Amino acid sequence: MSDKIKFTMDGVEIEATQGQTIMQAADEAGIYIPRLCAHKDLLPFGSCRVCTVMVNDRPQAACTQPVSPGMAVDSETPELNDIRRSIVEMLFVEGNHYCAFCEKSGNCELQALGYRLGMLAPRYPYMFNKHDVDASHPDIYIDHNRCILCGRCVRSSKELDGKNVFQFVGRGIHKRVAFNSDTDLSGTDVSVTDRAIENCPVGAILKKRSAYAVPIGKRKYDSQPIGSDIESRKAAVKQS
Amino acid sequence: MAKPKIATASLAGCFGCHMSLLDIDDRILKLVELVDFDKSPVDDIKKFTGRCAVGLIEGGCCNEENVHNLQYFRENCDILISVGECAIMGGIPAMRNNIPLKECLDEAYLNGPTVYNPSGKIPGDKELPLILDRVYPCHEVVKMDYYLPGCPPPADLLWQALVALLENKPMDLPYEVIKYD
Ligand code: SF4
Ligand code: SF4
Ligand code: FES
Repeated sequence: MSDKIKFTMDGVEIEATQGQTIMQAADEAGIYIPRLCAHKDLLPFGSCRVCTVMVNDRPQAACTQPVSPGMAVDSETPELNDIRRSIVEMLFVEGNHYCAFCEKSGNCELQALGYRLGMLAPRYPYMFNKHDVDASHPDIYIDHNRCILCGRCVRSSKELDGKNVFQFVGRGIHKRVAFNSDTDLSGTDVSVTDRAIENCPVGAILKKRSAYAVPIGKRKYDSQPIGSDIESRKAAVKQS
Repeated sequence: MAKPKIATASLAGCFGCHMSLLDIDDRILKLVELVDFDKSPVDDIKKFTGRCAVGLIEGGCCNEENVHNLQYFRENCDILISVGECAIMGGIPAMRNNIPLKECLDEAYLNGPTVYNPSGKIPGDKELPLILDRVYPCHEVVKMDYYLPGCPPPADLLWQALVALLENKPMDLPYEVIKYD
């Protein structure tokens, strides 16, 4: 028996392998579903909800929901993209995002989603919450003003680095990333080469002395929307 | 037919957005053919002389004068546009927003390492506009009709958006010109 199944994405039939998530199958087919907490090398987490799709008319997280034969998935609809944009807008007003001087600007996934989804100004009032910066480590610093609580650092440290440097503490609006240390970031066994550092999608965890290396115009999302790499597979998929 | 009028203001901004408008280079000659400038730092007209088609606002509101000025623009402009990050989200001046106002004033006028202030007082002259508890984005004070992000917004964005508005065409702005930095 073949483990291949078929389902539809926005009315187009695509093939998938049993056991894949909707996001994995869509990626392979060259269809980009917006995402923030998902990362290809990490286990699905399902926390940000940016990847919400309609599966047989019910909302589901594409990064955690497995494919099943004949399911009808809607993704590129005005309604879903508006929900996605509203999530991105909430993240912008909850943190303090001064893109103008942020070292991650141009390479930031949150910002790039704002561009792709057409955010000009958030519909929600800015909160201007107070957050800390920990620059105690010689090579790394963490700016909680820009953290979107995606948990990629927490999961990367465990799943990929075999460490346990980051952990969530608190609930709701008080939730934040904390370190496995009695003091501060410098008291952990984190290293600048950890995958946890590079996998932060925003400018919350950064390497010191590496800022602004790429000129404006040449950065990752300056001229190509986020997801273009996945969408460029579509042409290849069609030809084969 | 009389040309439509545009007005501009810099509230709590750095004039960088106005500089970016000048950065449209020789298209500035076309702009002068398209519009007349009313109240604006560009021509130093202080009071509106008539109704304006478009008002461009740089900067957010950090004091009461900014608020009055913004309301004055809203009353006199058909379309009001937040230009740049400070108008849209407060920008650099908003970095004081999670610090209590008293702490900010004490640091600026009493305790800062480079402060020279023999009076030992925080300036309170009636001529000085009262500072607000925090910096407000323009759309949290009056209704804004459009947003042109960037720090500053590129000259191409300002030009293309203005021409589309004045010629009543849809704003078909390319991906490259909408940036938050
Ligand atoms: S983390 Fe991203 S969205 Fe936040 S300030 Fe930096 S570039 Fe902007
Ligand atoms: S520090 Fe970065 S990777 Fe970690 S939760 Fe915050 S945004 Fe995500
Ligand atoms: S990417 Fe699916 S919930 Fe975050």
